[in-house]
Amino acid sequence: MRYISNTPAQQREMLAVIGAGSIEELLARVPAKARLSRPLELPAPLAEHDLIQHLRRLGAQNADADSHVCFLGAGAYDHLIPSPINHLISRGEFFTAYTPYQPEASQGTLRTIYEYQTMIAELVGMDVANASIYDGGSALAEAALMAHAVTGREEIVVSAGVNPLYQRVMRTYAEGPALRLTRVALAGGVTPLDAATPAVSGDTAALVIQSPNFYGCLEDVAETAAVAHAAGALLIVVTDPVNLGVLLPPGASGADIVVGEGQGLGVPMSFGGPNLGVFATRYDLVRRMPGRLAGATVDLEGRRGFVLTLQTREQHIRREKATSNICTNVALCALMATIYMATLGKQGLVRVGQLSAAKAHYAAGVLGEIPGVRLRFEAPFFKEFTLELPKAPERIVRRLLKDRILAGVPLGQFDRALRNCLLVAVTEKRSRAEIDTLAQALRRALA
Amino acid sequence: MSGAGRSYEKLVFELSAPGRIAFSLPEPDVPAADVSSLIPARYLRQAPPELPEVSEVDVVRHYSRLSQLNYGVDTHFYPLGSCTMKYNPKLNEDMARVPGFARVHPLAPAEVSQGALRLMYELSAYLAEIAGMDAVSLQPAAGAQGELAGVLMIRAYHLANGEKRTKVLIPDSAHGTNPASTAIAGFRVVQIKSERTGEVDLLDLDRNLDTDTAAFMITLPNTLGLFETRITEIVELCHAKGVQIYMDGANLNAILGITRPGDLGFDVCHFNLHKTFTTPHGGGGPGAGPVGVKSHLEPFLPVPVVTRTGKPARDERRRRDEAQESDESRAGQPRDESEHSATYSLDWKRPKSIGKLQAFWGNFGMLVRAYTYIRTMGPAGLRSVSDNAVLNANYIMKRLEAHYDLGAPGPCMHECVLSARRQKQRGVTAMDVAKRLLDLGFYAPSTYFPLIVDEALMIEPTETESKETLDAFCEAMIQIAREADASPEVPRSAPVLTPVRRLDQTLAARQPNLRWKPPASGLHP
Repeated sequence: MRYISNTPAQQREMLAVIGAGSIEELLARVPAKARLSRPLELPAPLAEHDLIQHLRRLGAQNADADSHVCFLGAGAYDHLIPSPINHLISRGEFFTAYTPYQPEASQGTLRTIYEYQTMIAELVGMDVANASIYDGGSALAEAALMAHAVTGREEIVVSAGVNPLYQRVMRTYAEGPALRLTRVALAGGVTPLDAATPAVSGDTAALVIQSPNFYGCLEDVAETAAVAHAAGALLIVVTDPVNLGVLLPPGASGADIVVGEGQGLGVPMSFGGPNLGVFATRYDLVRRMPGRLAGATVDLEGRRGFVLTLQTREQHIRREKATSNICTNVALCALMATIYMATLGKQGLVRVGQLSAAKAHYAAGVLGEIPGVRLRFEAPFFKEFTLELPKAPERIVRRLLKDRILAGVPLGQFDRALRNCLLVAVTEKRSRAEIDTLAQALRRALA
Repeated sequence: MSGAGRSYEKLVFELSAPGRIAFSLPEPDVPAADVSSLIPARYLRQAPPELPEVSEVDVVRHYSRLSQLNYGVDTHFYPLGSCTMKYNPKLNEDMARVPGFARVHPLAPAEVSQGALRLMYELSAYLAEIAGMDAVSLQPAAGAQGELAGVLMIRAYHLANGEKRTKVLIPDSAHGTNPASTAIAGFRVVQIKSERTGEVDLLDLDRNLDTDTAAFMITLPNTLGLFETRITEIVELCHAKGVQIYMDGANLNAILGITRPGDLGFDVCHFNLHKTFTTPHGGGGPGAGPVGVKSHLEPFLPVPVVTRTGKPARDERRRRDEAQESDESRAGQPRDESEHSATYSLDWKRPKSIGKLQAFWGNFGMLVRAYTYIRTMGPAGLRSVSDNAVLNANYIMKRLEAHYDLGAPGPCMHECVLSARRQKQRGVTAMDVAKRLLDLGFYAPSTYFPLIVDEALMIEPTETESKETLDAFCEAMIQIAREADASPEVPRSAPVLTPVRRLDQTLAARQPNLRWKPPASGLHP
């Protein structure tokens, strides 16, 4: 049988050593009335080639970013993935290893985590990053729990510009500790300070904003930080680290916790997961931080080495008093991001940001010239923007599928007030020709 | 690990040289490429981030050499208890990289995501059948998040019945995530004693079961690798008090096709696809932690739920037979088309749902791997997995019982727990045994877990290992037991052959050095 190594003869030898007549005898502790008396009702096994054919057929039913031109964003982006990443993460020594609890046999993984922490902290402008959380949404939820633990306060004030899917994740995690979530509505696509200021009080654990926000607009992080800090609350900023070769890092503007979705850093979109939850904070808050941390130390002979450290925060030591329940994280995605950041490096990430911004602004320009189409918000944006359309966006999106274009994300599903709006993302991978094709197709669809 | 790999000490930052690049990006093909003309300066970074400047060959060689400092299942036997470090099939990896899976955006319209949604729908059904549950959500990103989802559903269920129960009972032998997840869900954790065999102390359980108890959370087989012989009694005791019973599915590899949590009376269980269903551990993740429930908890499942419409209702058996036939036939044949006539969608209209756990629908890449595995194995194959996992664990237990104390008498299920308490009298601890194994070419068992066994060494061989590998491992364990008697300094000073020797954990925690800084700024911040 595939993936099972013992031959029937070996099974018999082993049973003889054990002193059992059959494997069935070894199962004697399972109460007879609890036994399944029939085979599992599952499809019969498929041979390798047949299974490949079957899965390729399933895959062919999906519009992927090779078969279609992708302008979808809203938290997952079609950024370039340099070729070496897949080759390197496919090394069995990386992808078949466990969490590096035995550091002497795991220095490769530990050193990549340390590199990852260093590069993420540098990008987001914070002191320290952890080894990863599941995704942007759960990273935000963990940040809210951490702010509650740090401040002892019960309320989280959230800008309506924060990804609504992340807000829903945060609401799920807020259920247990009974945190109160208060929303600040947007004005002109950004979080208005005159609404945020009165919303934040002595009961507020954290104020949460996202920049660029869900609708693409850039927020004024420094001014929002001042609002939060004046009330003794923390500022949590949700960000997309791949933008931070160009955009000001939230840490430079006073963020206390920076979280975000790192999928753009070399992780395939993969229908929304696995992703890469980025989590970074200040040194003085590190002992309240969720998730694993790798640290440098020395071995018996004084050589530099790396270990998982500050583990007394974690569930396997502290159990119900842990800072989080997280155990398995997304280490291999963090490795993809590590290799991505090393490959793009100091110059490449700047170029990715410049190209994305330039192409997005070009796209906004040509799309905005189509009769009846306009940019919904005037606020500055980066690689993603909200377009107002004269026809239902869902219909337009379906129409453009025929041209093999994934035109954008209709926003009515997230906010009824924006039901005539489409969220369009443009990464460095989109060419001017593809953008022009989108514009022509949209013009036709609206004519 | 090659000799060259072992001597490698660099960090990527230490390879950096100004002006060196590893990327290839196009020249701008649109006007106004200067970002400062597009976005006001106050939103922009003043100077580029201090990331390394390296060449592609630097990157490839650096990470290849780092990988050589690791032990993985592909290179070493990895008998880490409770972690199910079985072989991760290469075919799974190929299938997860099919462009129609790997390069699909989660918010693409449902009509052009049918293959992905169908795969999720079918995987949910397979897992429900394997565990005897009525419905499965694939959304939780890992076991701990599956636990959180399960406990939140239990909480919502009680609240919907007008009951505000405040505590959850958990055995002292449980994984740390159980109490941690329960606490985040807002419950008080009450620890239940275990007997010496790791089985639940029924008196202590009964004493603590009351109308304030929301759930009892239990790992089956338990963390000593033993099946709870009185499980049906435990379930009855709980249900009599209106207490929901949760199974931690970490040890599901022991019972595939043998018994099902749903048939045993469990209300909730989670699955670790990165354990039982061969998705790789990846050095710590990503995993996937689907959660299965009985029908009374179904309204509370996370949103969205993948649903199927447009297909006539058929009983389960016919559906299964048809699926088999369709897949045994070739593409394009009529039978296959009829299987494709259904429409799959994401159902958000579920007012009682506990909400979302991650932004999108689940760790889809891991779901593709688990689906591939289940379709490779089939029902008899999965049953054989558990049979061989149990056989392998009992074989190790038998071969080592003269040399180490047993955590509990056998037969065990898929893993066995030894104790190094005899060796400790000679000054050789469980940790020393583990470190010595690294020198002898094996990864270590889990150590000091479960907490109820002194000097625990928890060994889970999995079904993918051969007798030859198990024999070699047992010989190494026996050698270490002999060394503990004759030359205890050998295990005590191990490892000596690894890239580094024992590391100073205290220094790491007292003076945390969590990111690299250029040498001028000093080692410790």
